[in-house]
Amino acid sequence: MNQNKFIETFISIALGLLVGALVLLISGFNPVEAYGIMFKGVFSNPKYIGWTIIRSTPLILTGISVAFAFRTGLFNIGAEGQFIIGSLVATLVGYFAKLPPIIHPIVAILAGCIAAGLWGGIAGFLKAKFGIHEVITTIMLNWTALYFSNFVVFWKPFKRLNRDASERILDTARINILGKWKASEAGKAFLKNNSFLKDFLNPPINYGFLIAILVAILVWYILKNTTLGYQLRAVGYNRDAAEYGGININRNLIVSMMIAGAISGLAGATQVLGVSRETAVLAAMEGYGFDGIAVALIASNNPIACIPAALLFGGLKYGGSKLQPTIGAPMEVINITIGVIVFFIAMPKLIQMITSLRGKKRGVKVEDTK
Amino acid sequence: MNKINFDNKVIEMKNITKKFGDFTANENIDLTVHKGEIHALLGENGAGKTTLMNVLYGLYEPTSGEVFINGKKVDVTSPNIAIKSGIGMVHQHFMLVETFTVVENIILGMEETSNFGVIDIDKATKKVEELSKKYGLYVDPNAKVQDISVGMQQRVEILKALYRGADILILDEPTAVLTPQEIEEIIQIMKNLTEQGKTIIIITHKLKEIKQSADYCTIIRRGKKIDTVKVDDVTEEDLASMMVGREVSFKVDKKDPEIGDVVLEIDKLVVKDNRGLDIVKELSLKLNKGEILGIAGIDGNGQSELLEALTGLRDIESGKVILDGKDITNLSPKEIMESGMSHIPEDRQKRGLVLDFTVAENMILENYHKEPFSQRGRLNHRIISSFAKELIEKFDVRPQNDKQIAGALSGGNQQKVILAREISNDPEVLIAAQPTRGLDVGAIEYVHRFLVDQRDRGKAVLLISFELDEVMNLSDRIGVIFDGRIVDIMDAKKADEKTIGYLMAGGGAEDESE
Repeated sequence: MNQNKFIETFISIALGLLVGALVLLISGFNPVEAYGIMFKGVFSNPKYIGWTIIRSTPLILTGISVAFAFRTGLFNIGAEGQFIIGSLVATLVGYFAKLPPIIHPIVAILAGCIAAGLWGGIAGFLKAKFGIHEVITTIMLNWTALYFSNFVVFWKPFKRLNRDASERILDTARINILGKWKASEAGKAFLKNNSFLKDFLNPPINYGFLIAILVAILVWYILKNTTLGYQLRAVGYNRDAAEYGGININRNLIVSMMIAGAISGLAGATQVLGVSRETAVLAAMEGYGFDGIAVALIASNNPIACIPAALLFGGLKYGGSKLQPTIGAPMEVINITIGVIVFFIAMPKLIQMITSLRGKKRGVKVEDTK
Repeated sequence: MNKINFDNKVIEMKNITKKFGDFTANENIDLTVHKGEIHALLGENGAGKTTLMNVLYGLYEPTSGEVFINGKKVDVTSPNIAIKSGIGMVHQHFMLVETFTVVENIILGMEETSNFGVIDIDKATKKVEELSKKYGLYVDPNAKVQDISVGMQQRVEILKALYRGADILILDEPTAVLTPQEIEEIIQIMKNLTEQGKTIIIITHKLKEIKQSADYCTIIRRGKKIDTVKVDDVTEEDLASMMVGREVSFKVDKKDPEIGDVVLEIDKLVVKDNRGLDIVKELSLKLNKGEILGIAGIDGNGQSELLEALTGLRDIESGKVILDGKDITNLSPKEIMESGMSHIPEDRQKRGLVLDFTVAENMILENYHKEPFSQRGRLNHRIISSFAKELIEKFDVRPQNDKQIAGALSGGNQQKVILAREISNDPEVLIAAQPTRGLDVGAIEYVHRFLVDQRDRGKAVLLISFELDEVMNLSDRIGVIFDGRIVDIMDAKKADEKTIGYLMAGGGAEDESE
């Protein structure tokens, strides 16, 4: 992300918070107090920081998924469905497969990724073969995934008694950091004397966040330094020129959607193995995939930038959830704030005008292109 | 030229300077245009002609300088002010709504309505018809823009400006996309317009058209005004050397060809166009080593489809293409390339370059997957960069920066990047489609030199161009394409413009004696 983009994003976030403050003011709340609560709600206790990271992890991955597809000129609205498929398959493997620890989660994650990758590949295939726009197919595949998942959860050997959810995954499949040790006598004794760690490890801290960071770096590396990334970017920027250069467009469309699907599936898998441990019957979409679109937008489709963007998103959502119990301000205020941030980021012209005004005043030299 | 009223200076631009950051696009330029004249603005790509006109039209605000329109100082801060002052601009790329009719496009933004806000299309149609008649701009007002030719679309743009009451028309590269016939027509239209008291400024780098149409010509080089000359007093060579700042030769220097064996054989090729109709009809052609074979023809006679079929971008319905003894019919672009064919595409921005890529990334568009540019799927940025720098140096691409985004280069330099890439493939057959379209004299000379050089090294060049002069100057043999067939092939030395023009227009060779 170049410097200008960074400033634009920063201004958008500030404007978003400002409009959020206005909304709070109009609804009769003190915005300073409300933002204070949110800030404290995220940072005042290591436990809260832990939760914020947990909340952000799937968003980093779905954000990267959308951003990756976008670099190939595809709009992956299907992150939601791919997430669902990833969760479902990871739960199935996590519950039915009898494998030793370490290997079990790896197999479950790979299975989730592959299944979601194929799921995403359907949209890529339909586009390559029949020219059906991926926006249409991915939206429809989202609903297909949702109902398919519910259908599987209701399968007798899989469904937990008296619960609208699947059986829980086996302990061998969990990816919590120090999960066993936390519950052991030695762990309890140690944590008693270390309150910071105790609080931080209180929520289901898991390897998902580390995996997400690794994936961000990996995707960035692939796009920048590999022939695959070169092809995908060429197809994304100019399909005609890529075709002329001998690049197989159709194959790249499918590969791109498969990789995007696999990344969203990874989000679902880590969420199951690290946090929820089950697949619930869903009445509606959970929104991880859709939030991923917003994260990708805030990150300007840069995979590394998806990390802070998702943390901001996760922080706002987690902090915002504290408003209701404390001052009675509705969570919707936070959704409005997030919406406004995305709105301003989607209006780069406006922000450019603001930054160029600033530039003129200071007589800043026109920036070289890259 | 009696129509020019020298007492009436409709446009006076004084000391116009326009800077973009550190870059000065226009430096203290003066321009005076009188009523009733056709004034040409001549300059190389990136010289600052279009910038100057954008200042006049209110798209750019000048850094310093003044604009007078009809003797009054005007601050043209937006196109609306320009339009109100009677200026109309026709851009190089037309701004028309394809699915609207001609009339709908013309009235767009200033629709006259009858009661209840209903558009009074009949009234508008009548008005458009009157304008058409007055200026000799015949267009079917009820035709949809997507169904009419590019030349007709240009007329619509001109009518659009006239409908808005323009007295001064700025035409940006008006002939760039036109066929030779359409060019003649537009020149006639410009003359009609000035006879009716309109004033025209054309931005161009085509010297021949300036000689044919303009009264005065202002030459701009690197953002500075060189001179304003009366067109009748100068030759094309004078104009060219003023434009590029050195002597320019129009004749391509080349020795006699050493023609070798057949390297590319096209046999009864049939190709369909986008609508599914046969557009290349059993076309046969043989290309030898060491020659440049030029294909002359009017746009739309199957040239684009032919070269797309040859390069694997379009399906071949029937017939064969043999390259160096190998059947390459319907192979993928990559396979064809690897069989020894390279291609300078006719639309460099659509096909030739990924504009958002850097120059270095564009240089390896066809070879990114090969060593040394990549090993086991990993790009080697260092080698790519030094390879690109070498080509940039050799082909004189400016600016000399391999990290520059290709879209920021001028047209001529973009073409050099493509040329560098294709020639570095060392192809047996080079297909050059419109290799100099939109380039200025200096760059054209350069491209031609490289094509001749390719042929002198014993390689074959298939040149497809709509510029008859180019085909005549460069080729060793000339084939004429009409209606999807090669109607005749002749030795370039024995060819004359008249015969070729006749064949291009569909005249049969057997009627030649008439």
